[in-house]
Amino acid sequence: MFFALRSFCHLGIRTYQLQTDLLSRSIKHSASATMAFRHKNTRRIEGLDSNVWVEFTKVAADPSIVNLGQGLPDISPPSYVKEELAKATAVDRLNQYTRGFGHPSLVKALSQVYERVCGRKIDPLTDILVTVGAYGSLFSAIQALIEEGDEVIIIEPFYDCYEPMVKMAGAKPVFIPLRCKNDGNSTCSADWALDPAELANKFNSKTKAIILNTPHNPTGKVFSREELQVIADLCIKHDTLCISDEVYEWMVYKGHKHIKIATLPGMWERTITIGSAGKTYSVTGWKLGWSIGPQNLIKHLQVVHQNTLYVCPTPLQEALAQAFCVDYKRMDDPGCYFYSLSRELESKRDRMARLLQEVGLNPVIPDGGYFMIVDVSTLNVDLSDVDEKEPYDYKFVKWMITSKKLSAIPLSAFCGPETKRQFEKYIRFCFIKKDSTLDAAEVILKNWNKQ
Amino acid sequence: ILSLSLQAKMSRPMQARRLEGIDKNIWVEFVKLATTYSKVNLGQGFPDFPPPDFLKESFVRALSGENHMLHQYTRAFGHPPLVKILAQFFGKLLGQDLDPMTNVMVTVGAYQALFCCFQAFVDEDDEVIIIEPFFDCYEPMVKMAGGTPVFVPLRPKAPKDGRLMSSADWQLDPAELASKFSKRTKAIVLNSPNNPLGKVFSRGELELIADLCVKHDVLCISDEVYEWLVYDGKEHIRIASLQGMWDRTVTIGSAGKTFSATGWKVGWIVGPNRLLQHLRTVHQNSVYHCATVAQEAVAQGFQRELKLYGKPESYFIQLPKELQQKRDWLVQSLDAVGMKPIVPEGTYFLVADISEFKSDVPDVPNSEEPYDSRFAKWMVKNKGLAAIPLSAFYCGAHKNNYNHFIRFCFAKEEATLKAANDILQKWKQEKTSP
Repeated sequence: MFFALRSFCHLGIRTYQLQTDLLSRSIKHSASATMAFRHKNTRRIEGLDSNVWVEFTKVAADPSIVNLGQGLPDISPPSYVKEELAKATAVDRLNQYTRGFGHPSLVKALSQVYERVCGRKIDPLTDILVTVGAYGSLFSAIQALIEEGDEVIIIEPFYDCYEPMVKMAGAKPVFIPLRCKNDGNSTCSADWALDPAELANKFNSKTKAIILNTPHNPTGKVFSREELQVIADLCIKHDTLCISDEVYEWMVYKGHKHIKIATLPGMWERTITIGSAGKTYSVTGWKLGWSIGPQNLIKHLQVVHQNTLYVCPTPLQEALAQAFCVDYKRMDDPGCYFYSLSRELESKRDRMARLLQEVGLNPVIPDGGYFMIVDVSTLNVDLSDVDEKEPYDYKFVKWMITSKKLSAIPLSAFCGPETKRQFEKYIRFCFIKKDSTLDAAEVILKNWNKQ
Repeated sequence: ILSLSLQAKMSRPMQARRLEGIDKNIWVEFVKLATTYSKVNLGQGFPDFPPPDFLKESFVRALSGENHMLHQYTRAFGHPPLVKILAQFFGKLLGQDLDPMTNVMVTVGAYQALFCCFQAFVDEDDEVIIIEPFFDCYEPMVKMAGGTPVFVPLRPKAPKDGRLMSSADWQLDPAELASKFSKRTKAIVLNSPNNPLGKVFSRGELELIADLCVKHDVLCISDEVYEWLVYDGKEHIRIASLQGMWDRTVTIGSAGKTFSATGWKVGWIVGPNRLLQHLRTVHQNSVYHCATVAQEAVAQGFQRELKLYGKPESYFIQLPKELQQKRDWLVQSLDAVGMKPIVPEGTYFLVADISEFKSDVPDVPNSEEPYDSRFAKWMVKNKGLAAIPLSAFYCGAHKNNYNHFIRFCFAKEEATLKAANDILQKWKQEKTSP
C-alpha cells in the first residue's frame, strides 16, 4: 500500500481517490471476512418453518402438566420388544450398516405379515422400503412421485405434515373436509364423512395423488369399504396415485375393521401403503416405518431413500424383525400384540370418553386410532381478551395448559386455511396413556367446574 | 373386467423429474457383489470390529433402565443430552460458544445431514463446487436439489526420491480452483479427511478455500466425519474455525465413524443459527425425529470422551493409533505385491494403483464401464477380495481420468488384513510363476 501511495503522490486529486479505493477495499475485505453468508433459504422450504409440534411440545414439556397432547404412548412397549433390541446390540455386525432399502430379516418379516393381511404375494426386496418412521415413508413417496404442476388431494383434518411435504415437492395441496352428518351433533367418528360429489369435483387431470389416512388422525375414523370404493373409483378414473397412511392399522375397535385400499380391485398398482413400528409396537422413538407397494412405484421411493439417508439403523431393524416373527406366529391368537394392544386401548378410549362427558362435553368417539376430538365451545370459555390472532382452539389449549395443567392439541393445526374456522372449536386428546396419567386427567376434569 | 384392469395400470410417467439421472448407485451393485463373492471384504467403508465396550454398555444401560420413555419420541432437533454434549465438545474445538438448541442439529447419520444442507441451500441453477475424488452421494444430492455440480480435481504430483505417494501429494491447483467460482456458486463441499484418498487438507489449503468462500460469499459444507482418524501426528483443522468462516460453514460429524458404529446412523451438524434454522425446516419436513436410544448412548459416549480428552485412554486417541498400524500393514502388503498404495494421511481408506495387475484384466476398447470398475468386479469374483473402483468417486465425464486405482477399507480385524495379504501374495506368485 505504501509503495502505491508513493508512486502516485504527484497525481494530486487522483491520489486521494486511489487512497480511498485502497482503503475502502481493505475495509470491504475485512468486513466481508466477518460478514455472514448472505444468501437465504431455498424456495422449496419457504414458509414451511413453523410447526405445531415445535410450539406445543415446548409448552407441554413441564412435567406438572398432564400431557394428552402429542401422540406418544407413556405405556411401556412389550418386554420382548425391548429385549430384542438389547440382544441385537450385542451382535457385533449388527452395529454396522445393513442393506440400504431394509434389513433383510425385517423386510422378510414384513412381507410375511402383510402377505397374510393383503392376501397377495409381496416381494421383500422390491415391494418394500424401510424408512425413518412412517414420516420418512411419506417424505420418500412424495419426493419420488410428486412435483411442480401436480395437485395432491388432502382430506381435512389431516396429519399436519402432509401439507408442507406436498408444498416442499412444489405441488399444490387441494383440500376436502370430512363433514359431520347430523347437523354437527356427532357422537362418533363414523359421523364424519366425505361428500362423494364434492370429492369427485376435486379430481382433475393435474391430480397426481390423494393422501388417505385410515384409521384417521385426529378423528379416529375408520373408512368403510364403501367409502374406500368411492375413493378407489376416482383414482382409477383419473389415473391417480393413492398414498395410504395406515399407521394405526391395528388399533381398530369393536364393530369395525381396517380395510387396506390397496386390496380393492385396481388399487395395488397405484397405492403406496405406509406402516409404522412406532404405532404398532408403542416404540415411537425407534423411528422405523415402511412403504409397501408395486415394484414400479417402490423403486422410485428407493431412489429417494438412497439419496437422502441411504440406510436405517441396523439394531432397531433386527429387533423389530424378531418382534414381528413373534407376533406373526400368533396372528390367529387373541394374545397377539396387534390385538391385545387394541383391546387395552379400547378401554382407555371408553374411560376418556366418560371423563369428558362428565364435564358436560360431547366427545367424538373414535372407531380407531388413539386420539379423540371434542368440541370445547360448549364450555363457553371466554378468551376474547387474549390478544393473539390465533384460532380459538389454539387459545383454548394454551389457556387449558396454564390454568388446568392439562394439554391437548388444537384441531385447526390439522386444517387448510379455508377450514380453520370450521374446526377451531375442536381439540384433540391422546389416550394411549398409562392409568396414572388418565387418573391425573380425571382429577382435573372432575374439578373443572370448581375453579 | 379387461377394461378395468387396463384402466387400473398407471398410464402416465410416475416418478418426479428430480429423480432423473440419480437412480444409479455404486453401492447397491458392489455391496451385492461383495456379499455374493468376497472372502475378504475391504470394500464398503465400515469396521468389521465392534464399537468400543463403553459404548455398547451405554446402549445396554439406556435400554435396561427404568425409563422406558427412551423408546418414545425425543426432541426433534436432537435429544437434549446429546445436543448439550455436542455443543460443549465442538464449542471447545471450534472456539465458539455454542447453544445446544440452535447451533447443533442431530440427523440420521451424516448422510441425512448432507441431504438437509443441499435441500436448504441449493436452488435450481445454483452451482456447487465438488472436489474430486468425492464421496459419491454429493453429486446426486446436488442434482436432486436442482443444482449444478462443478467439479475440480485433486491432481497427483509425483512423490520425491522414490518414496511412496502420499495423499498429501494430491493437491488442488489454486488457479484452477479459483476459476470454478462464479456468480452462481452457492456452496463448496469440503471433505477432510477425504474419502477416498485419505487426504487431510493442510491449513494453507483450507485458507485458500476459505478466502474464495469469503470473496464470493459462498457457503462451505464441511463433511468432517473422519475428523478423529488422522495419522502421523497430523492435525485435523476445522475450516469453520478459520477467519470469516464460522458464519458461512456447516460442519458435519458422524457417530458411526467416531465410535465405529455405522449401523446406528447418528450424525450431526454444527453451525450458526442463521444457517441451522433452515436445516431444521428441512429436517422437520422430512424425517422429523431421529431414534432416541442411539442418541442417548452416543451422548454418554461423548461424555466419557470429554472427560478423557487428550488422555491416552481416550478412544479418539486409541482408535487412530490402532488404525495407523492397520494402514501400515496394508501399505506393506500392497507394496510387496506391486500394487502401489497412496499412503493416506487420514480416514480408514487407502487407494492403490493397480497398473501392474492390468494383464489379468484385459482392456476392452470402447467399453462404457471404466477400467477400474471391471477390474474390481473381476477381482472380487476371481480372487474373493472386495474393493471399490476409484472411478466411483468421479463424475460421469471424469470417470476415465484415473481409472487404474481401487480403494481399500482397512478398518478391519488383524485376521481380515492378514487374509487379504494371503490373497495378494498368492496372486503375485501366480503372476510370476510359469
